[in-house]
Amino acid sequence: MDKYMDAKKRNEAYNKYVKAKIPKTKAWPSLFNSFLVGGIICCIGQGINDLILLWFPNMAEQTAWAYTLIVLIFIASFLTGIGVYDKIGKFAGGGSIVPITGFSNSITSPALEFKHEGIIYGICVKMFTVAGPVIVSGVVASFIVGVIYLFI
Amino acid sequence: MYYLWVFLIGGFVCMLGQVLIIYTNITSARILVTFVIIGVVLEAFGIFDPISEFARAGINVPIIGFGASLAKGAISAVRSKGLIGAFTGGLEATAGGIAAAILFAFIFSLIFKSKTKN
Amino acid sequence: MYTNQTVIFKNKPVIIGSYSIVGPKEGKGNFGPYFNYVMKDDTFGEKSYEKAEMKMEKTAIVGAIEDAKIKASDVNLLLAGDLLNQIISSSYAARDFDFAFLGLFGACSTMAESMAVAASIIDGREFDTIVCSTGSHFSTAERQFRFPLELGNQRPPTSQWTVTGAGACVISSQGKGPRITMATFGKVIDYGVNDVNDMGAAMAPAAMDTMLAHFRDTKTTPDDYDLIVTGDLGKLGSEILIDLMEDQGIKLGLNYNDCGQMYYTRNQNTLSGGSGCGCSATVLNSYIIKKLRTGEYKRVLFMPTGALMSTTATQQGETIPGVCHAIVLECDDSVKDVKTSTTSNRNVQNKPKKTERQSISKSNEDKLKSKV
Repeated sequence: MDKYMDAKKRNEAYNKYVKAKIPKTKAWPSLFNSFLVGGIICCIGQGINDLILLWFPNMAEQTAWAYTLIVLIFIASFLTGIGVYDKIGKFAGGGSIVPITGFSNSITSPALEFKHEGIIYGICVKMFTVAGPVIVSGVVASFIVGVIYLFI
Repeated sequence: MYYLWVFLIGGFVCMLGQVLIIYTNITSARILVTFVIIGVVLEAFGIFDPISEFARAGINVPIIGFGASLAKGAISAVRSKGLIGAFTGGLEATAGGIAAAILFAFIFSLIFKSKTKN
Repeated sequence: MYTNQTVIFKNKPVIIGSYSIVGPKEGKGNFGPYFNYVMKDDTFGEKSYEKAEMKMEKTAIVGAIEDAKIKASDVNLLLAGDLLNQIISSSYAARDFDFAFLGLFGACSTMAESMAVAASIIDGREFDTIVCSTGSHFSTAERQFRFPLELGNQRPPTSQWTVTGAGACVISSQGKGPRITMATFGKVIDYGVNDVNDMGAAMAPAAMDTMLAHFRDTKTTPDDYDLIVTGDLGKLGSEILIDLMEDQGIKLGLNYNDCGQMYYTRNQNTLSGGSGCGCSATVLNSYIIKKLRTGEYKRVLFMPTGALMSTTATQQGETIPGVCHAIVLECDDSVKDVKTSTTSNRNVQNKPKKTERQSISKSNEDKLKSKV
C-alpha cells in the first residue's frame, strides 16, 4: 500500500514536471489564424446566401440557408477529397473545424481513409467515426429541448 | 456593410474553438460536439435568433447554427404535433445538411484517395 | 536487492549484414545519405499503406540477407515486429520467406528487443544465423492511433512524426562486423502520463530505468561509450531523460543523443521529432552500423524505447506504460585501431565526431550551444 502511494506521488510530481517542461508556444498567431480563416469561411457562406436570394428572390429564408450550408458542405467535401482541407486545417486550427465545413471534413476524411476496407465495411461504417458524436449529441440535446418545450 | 459583422462574429466563434484546442488539448470531434450543444442551448433560451439577426452567416455557418436548427426544429414540431415532434423535428430541420454531408462524402470517397502528409 | 537484467555475451554475436529503406520525407532528413534505399513514393507501388509497410519490411529483410552475402537457406529464424494490430506487417512479410518466424511486440523498441533475443539465442550456440527486422509507416500509424490523414486538425507541439521506414539486420555467430556484447532487458515503467501526444514524456522514465540497470549491471559509465542513443524520445523526451538521469546522479554528456530528435531537419515540420519502430531501426541499420564498421564508433549503447499503448486502453482512461531495451554494439577487432587506440585519447577521437554531428543535426548543435 505504501509503495502504491509512493508511486502515486511520484507520478503526480512527474506529470507536474513534464507540464512545466513542455515548450510554451505563443497562442496569438494561431488565434489570429483561426479568427481570419473562420471569418472568411463565414463571409463566403454569407456571399453564397446572398447570391441564392438574388437569383431566387421568392425562396424562403430557411430554405436559402439550407442550400447555403449544402453548398459549403459540398465545397469542403471536395477540398477534403483533393487533399487541400487538411492543409487549411493545419494553418487555421479551430478556424476550419468550427464552421459547418469542418463537420463535412470530419465525415469525408474517414470515408476516404478507410476506402481500402471496402464500400460497406470501409466507407459506410467508418464514415461517422469522427462526426458521429456530433449527430448523436445534437439529436439527444434537441430531443430534450423539445420535451421541455412540451411542458412549458 | 453587414459582411464586417459576419466576419467579426464568425471569426470570434472560430477563435473560441481554437482557445479550447490550445488550453484544453481537445480533439476536433469534441469541439464539434461542444459547439453543437452550445447551439442547442442558445436556441432553447431564445438567444440564437437575436444574434442571428445581425450576425447572419457569422453564427449560422459555424456548427452552432446546426445545433440551433436542430433545437428550432424540435421546438416548432413539438408545438404543432406534440410529443412526436421531439422525435422528428430536430432531424427534419437538419436533414438537408446531414444528407448532403453523407452523400458528398460517399461520392468523393469513391473518386479520391487519402494522400499522405508531408 | 536488484536482480540482474543484463546478459553479457561470451561469444559476441556479429552483425554481418544490414539494410534500411525509408520514405521520401525521411530521405530528405538528416540521415538521408546513409540509407540503402529511399522510396520515391510512400505507397511503394502498393494499393494501401499497410501493404506498402509489408513490402518495405520484406525488402529490408531481403536486402539485409544480400548484404550479409549469405543464402536465404542459411537463415534459421526471423525475429520481427511492428506497430500495427497483430503485427501484420511483420507476419505477412514473413510468409514469403522459408524460415521460422517469431513475432515480437515492443512497440518502438522492437529493434533492440529482437536483436537482444537473437544475440541471446546465438550466444547459446543454438542457432547460427538470425534475421531481425522491424518497420513503421506514417500513414498506417496515423490511422491506427490518431486521425484520418485528411482531417483538418493541428498537431500539438509535443507530438512526433512516425517514420516511414524499415530496417533489418542479420546476426550470426561468426563473420566480420560490429559485435553485440551486452543486452539489458527493460522493465515496463509507467509514470502516469496519459497524453497520447506526448510519447517522449511517457517513455523517458523507462529509458532511465533501463539505463540505470545497465550501468549498474555492467559497471560502466556514460563515458565508456562513444555514443549513447535512445530511439524516439524526441526533443522533449530526451531533455526529460537528461534531467531524470541527472537526478539519479548520472550526467549524460555530448555522447548522448536521440534518433527521433536527430531524424528530421528543422524545417520539415515534425515538431518534437521522429518516432515509430522505423525510427531507431533505420538509423541503426544505416548510420550507426556503418560508423561501427569503419571503426569511427568503437562502442555504442543503443536503447530504443517503446510506448506500450493502444487506443482502447487510452480511451478507457489508462495511462501509457513504456519499455526500453538496450544493447551494446562494439566495432570489430580488425578495425578497432583504425585511428588512435582506446580510451586514453578520447578527446582526440571526439573531434572528428563533433564535426560529423554538426552536419548530422543542426538543431542538436544549437542545443549543445545553449547548454554550454
